[in-house]
Amino acid sequence: MGIKSYCFKKSLWLYHFAGASCNNCDIEVLDCLTPRYDVERFGMLLIGSVRHADVLLVAGSINKKCKSRLLEVYHQAPKPLVVVAIGACGITGGVFAEGNTFAGPVDKIIPVDVYIPGCPPKPEAILAGIVNFLNKS
Amino acid sequence: MKQKTIIPVGPYHPLQEEPELFKLFCDGEIVTDIEWETGYNHRGIEKINESKTFEQVFFVVERICGICSTSHPFAFANAMEEIAQVKVPDRAKYIRTIIAELERIHSHLLWVGLAGHFIGYNTVFMWAWKYREPILDLFEIITGNRNSYAMFKIGGVRRDIDEKDYSKILKILDGVKPKAEMLMKAVIDDPVIHMRTKGIGILTKQDILDYCAVGPTARASGVDVDIRRDDPYAAYPLVNWKVIVTQEGDVFAKAVVRFLEIFESISIIEQCVEKLRKDPPGQIDVKVKNIPEGNGAGRAEAPRGEVFHYVITDGSNSPVRHKIRAPSYVNVATFKKSCVGQTISDATLALAAVDPCYCCTERMAHVYDSRTRQRVLDGRGLIQLSQQRTQTLKKNLFGKNT
Repeated sequence: MGIKSYCFKKSLWLYHFAGASCNNCDIEVLDCLTPRYDVERFGMLLIGSVRHADVLLVAGSINKKCKSRLLEVYHQAPKPLVVVAIGACGITGGVFAEGNTFAGPVDKIIPVDVYIPGCPPKPEAILAGIVNFLNKS
Repeated sequence: MKQKTIIPVGPYHPLQEEPELFKLFCDGEIVTDIEWETGYNHRGIEKINESKTFEQVFFVVERICGICSTSHPFAFANAMEEIAQVKVPDRAKYIRTIIAELERIHSHLLWVGLAGHFIGYNTVFMWAWKYREPILDLFEIITGNRNSYAMFKIGGVRRDIDEKDYSKILKILDGVKPKAEMLMKAVIDDPVIHMRTKGIGILTKQDILDYCAVGPTARASGVDVDIRRDDPYAAYPLVNWKVIVTQEGDVFAKAVVRFLEIFESISIIEQCVEKLRKDPPGQIDVKVKNIPEGNGAGRAEAPRGEVFHYVITDGSNSPVRHKIRAPSYVNVATFKKSCVGQTISDATLALAAVDPCYCCTERMAHVYDSRTRQRVLDGRGLIQLSQQRTQTLKKNLFGKNT
């Protein structure tokens, strides 16, 4: 068992970073917590500080102003850390990739482990993405 | 000189939605001034739109905000139809109205949940979001997606509502109505919620007029303004409904306005479905060959207030200039009035009360002593402070810790 799979064996704590997003992915992440999807039954919990997090969920495109903040959040997080890029904007920039403030997709700024496509991805897709990653590692 | 502390709220916060930085200037526990900084979410949408064709612009404006993802295309369609002088078929009008009102229901329920969370009533949060799910299912049935619906085009809508879906819509709305009533009674009859929300974050009628606030924020302060009635568009003149106005202007009044609007929206949708049922399936769009040179303004009533789009065209297939004004932009300015003079725990609720497109309390916020630079309180502490206050009120009220 590698260090990574050992660290992610038990309850995962999630930290949600909304870049320059349109809220859709953010709402769907929050939706995972509510009774229908109830992510807490897997021990997953959305927490307030990235310093306690195992998973960094990044939603939305990254603009010039929030790029440095994303780096800061990434460096504050304990490693190993799973970075999940959620939605078309997180993966490629989506419709905002042509914008004059666009500062690159998430994987150009920090290493990304899981990509969850969709605009926005459904809560089931977000759960499935993280579970698939855990089963592989 | 008096000591003052600055509480930075944001820009990144764990719960949800867009980044936004607020600085609360505090004297003791009382907020004396507030400043805010935006730009973390700037995506250059107006500029992007200038390089898109009119058909493509709909998909970009839909992604301005995920919660109001009907209002922006609606306002843009209104602006373009003004330029092209297009008359939209009645069936398309009804379908547009149904989508817009469904969005209002889900958005208001979302707000009720978040407001419940801020005052430490997580049950309300879970309930409201649970009863919001059937509405999202309905969106999936009608449009194929839970959030971005892609229903609008110049001159009509992209897809028709299937005849066998009418009964599904009515059935799901029938299910939502008693739940919303139950939620409303639970919130409105609760004495602790009364104490936490009544008289908090009051905006007077004059404040609303001074800051040009719109939507439920204005209607809760007795300003009778609603674009759906004042500048009729789509099927709103064809159905019976009323504008909800309350006079108090505090957080409680805003909650009441939003709850009652949910029932109005349900009634509007039911009337629209009845009208669709009576008419045989017909035209849902008109072909628009080319857009002439000109300019047009489109307005729509989003769940949070008036959305305004202004478009200049030059006869080509993309806009020369596209100006967008979202309701939160004007509503956020009212924080100067609603938060100043409140305690910190109440200010967080007053910030949330206008339903800005970001929720303002739970994040990486730190309270520093301005002289020693020592950290006093962080974001979680801030929310705990608010929740503790509810607990204390409860204890005083019922004599025990419930």
